[in-house]
Amino acid sequence: MGSLFALPGAILGFFVRLGWLRTIALFVGGGFAFAATISLYSGIKAYYASPPVALASDEFHREHKELKLASDGPFGKFDKAQVQRGFQVYSEVCSACHSLNFVAFRDLKQLGYNDAEIKKIASDWKNQVPSVNPDTGEAATRKALPSDHFPSPFLNETQARAANNNALPPDLSLMSKAREGGAAYIYSILTGYQNQPAELLHKFPDAKTPPNLHYNPYFANLNLAMPQPLRGGDVTFADGTPNTLQNEARDVSAFLVWTAEPNLERRHAAGLSVAIFLLIATILAYLAKDNIWADTKRVKVTSPREPKANTRRAKGNHAGIAG
Amino acid sequence: MSFAWAKPYEPKHPAMRWLDQKLPLPRLVYNATGPGYPVPRNLNYWWNFGALAGLFLSIQILTGITLAMWYYATADGAFGSVEHLMRDVNGGWLLRYAHMNGASFFFVVVYIHIFRGLYFGSYKAPRELVWMLGLVIYLLMMATAFMGYVLPWGQMSYWGAQVITGFFSAFPIVGEPIRQWLLGGFAPDQAALTRFFSLHYLLPFVIAAVVILHIWALHLQGSGNPTGVEVKDEKDTLPFHPYYTAKDGWFVAAFLLVYAIVTFFAPNYLGHPDNYIQANPLATPAHIVPEWYFWPFYAILKSFTVGFILPAKLWGVLAMFSSILLLFFLPWLDSSPVRSGTYRPLFKRFFWLLVIDVVILGWAGGFAPTPFRVAVGQIASAYYFLHFLVILPWISRVEKPLPLPDSISSSVLGGDVAEAAPVAQKKPRRGSVATAG
Repeated sequence: MGSLFALPGAILGFFVRLGWLRTIALFVGGGFAFAATISLYSGIKAYYASPPVALASDEFHREHKELKLASDGPFGKFDKAQVQRGFQVYSEVCSACHSLNFVAFRDLKQLGYNDAEIKKIASDWKNQVPSVNPDTGEAATRKALPSDHFPSPFLNETQARAANNNALPPDLSLMSKAREGGAAYIYSILTGYQNQPAELLHKFPDAKTPPNLHYNPYFANLNLAMPQPLRGGDVTFADGTPNTLQNEARDVSAFLVWTAEPNLERRHAAGLSVAIFLLIATILAYLAKDNIWADTKRVKVTSPREPKANTRRAKGNHAGIAG
Repeated sequence: MSFAWAKPYEPKHPAMRWLDQKLPLPRLVYNATGPGYPVPRNLNYWWNFGALAGLFLSIQILTGITLAMWYYATADGAFGSVEHLMRDVNGGWLLRYAHMNGASFFFVVVYIHIFRGLYFGSYKAPRELVWMLGLVIYLLMMATAFMGYVLPWGQMSYWGAQVITGFFSAFPIVGEPIRQWLLGGFAPDQAALTRFFSLHYLLPFVIAAVVILHIWALHLQGSGNPTGVEVKDEKDTLPFHPYYTAKDGWFVAAFLLVYAIVTFFAPNYLGHPDNYIQANPLATPAHIVPEWYFWPFYAILKSFTVGFILPAKLWGVLAMFSSILLLFFLPWLDSSPVRSGTYRPLFKRFFWLLVIDVVILGWAGGFAPTPFRVAVGQIASAYYFLHFLVILPWISRVEKPLPLPDSISSSVLGGDVAEAAPVAQKKPRRGSVATAG
């Protein structure tokens, strides 16, 4: 009889010694750990039973290229001539499909355009601003004013999709902040169009770029709805900069950094002042702290060093904070 | 407040004397953060993060109140109103970036503060309630941060709201109705946005109230310290002002410097690019991830992929909530009478293992779920629960702690190794002030 109850008795005794809280903890903790382990086990089993199928995008997707712009880094400022060239690329090419909803014509002043130029840019803009006919109350359009935001090329999403094989050209205002890699990503996409490599088609025969899509290894799934927008020679720069694909792409990327972060220069300048102020404040406050704590490091009720400590403290007080 | 030798408040100026008789507010401040609050003299820099947390709560409230003046809580207008603030309002970009990064730094500070408490046994008697009130603050912070992240109505805002409110639908029968009731609809929309804004404005003040209770409960017992040995006499303490105001002061300036560098020079580093895309209920982002400070919990949530008695999703949700709720029981799960990890060789090793485990969980939760990453997350999740619920109770029973110093002053003021050595060789006295409880 005794041996029959030995094991349950030992187990019961173990839990009694453990106490009720630790017993519950053991079961709850063990339960969660066990459930996680079951998930782990079934995950591993599934992995070996049917290994994940490699996708063309796993192998052929490329990290964005390097792009250096004047606005990079903590002291970066816009290269105004470059951003103006980028604005020209946007005006003459991108704006056919892409809106710039959060940017106003008046903002162009930051790029060095004067009021008269801005007024002209606004009123000459290819798309007009939706309005109301003051006589009939019917929908109408009017010329843009400097205070207007850039008018969209399409009236609405449906029209935009209808004109673009059911793809929606995204708004570009925040593009350089809304993609991993920022301006460098935009530059890579614009310069990354190419024919689908033969190697890809050999390895993944099903991954042929579908009609109406365009192969670009910098795009996450490799096939992009936007046809190659820039090919070099699309615009003529007034300042004589060669209109190569690289230059156009670089300049419009710089422009999109500005549209996403028009206060970048102000932020950098303010940041520098704040950092210097806080650095000085840190040093002064640290010295003040050292001064205040000087006596506590040494005062010991029967320390022979106490008099020396007092002289140091006295000296420190004399010399003020820097002592 | 807490010790007999605390300096009593004696107003010198007649105006202050007058005020003190009518409303003893100056006395309250004097006894809380002035010379009237004696603090152990040996606090190290890990103890600075409490004051810093208070500072970041203030920064968040101040920048937040100003942001609310420019924000439209409408599904159509929210995203645009934030952009308007960023572009056209004087200094608006600064307020917004300061608030955005302020949230991240608030969590950095609070995580260090919590791990400080874990290492030095700050949760042990007589400060259990300080710890538990701190956890309440942390839970409120999580709710506030989540709802704040929804407000700009970007893609991650929207889909984050979708995922997080989806937790409730994991509960059988009542789950889906509760989710709809919380959202005020079938999916996050105008009703959800308006109530999130309302609560996001309310909760920080609730946090401030619980912070007062947290500090009140702390000051009743007096602050802990790195040795875990309780204060014995006046030699062990220094008045809060000027000593700790000075020590906090320079550290605050130094920490603000780091905060400023991120806010001004890399304001979007800690954010997700997708949140600069306006919310679109028809386009799911490739990977929905919360802000970095939720990554470890997100990893725990995603680790439960197979049903076992309960459905997998319910396991994940229960595990995620439990991972924080179990911390409320920590004062009793860890029954070792020694507070400080410094004198607990076994505990110390497992503490650092936990730190590594939480970092791994963060990595597993923050990036695209590859099979390898999910597997690592599952192991790390299992360890997290084993650590608090099995290993810690076990350690506290079997561990042989190192000898404790006789008192705070002997551990600090001895200074010379020769003087300190005999103290270190003494055995800890059972039931002395050195032990908790």
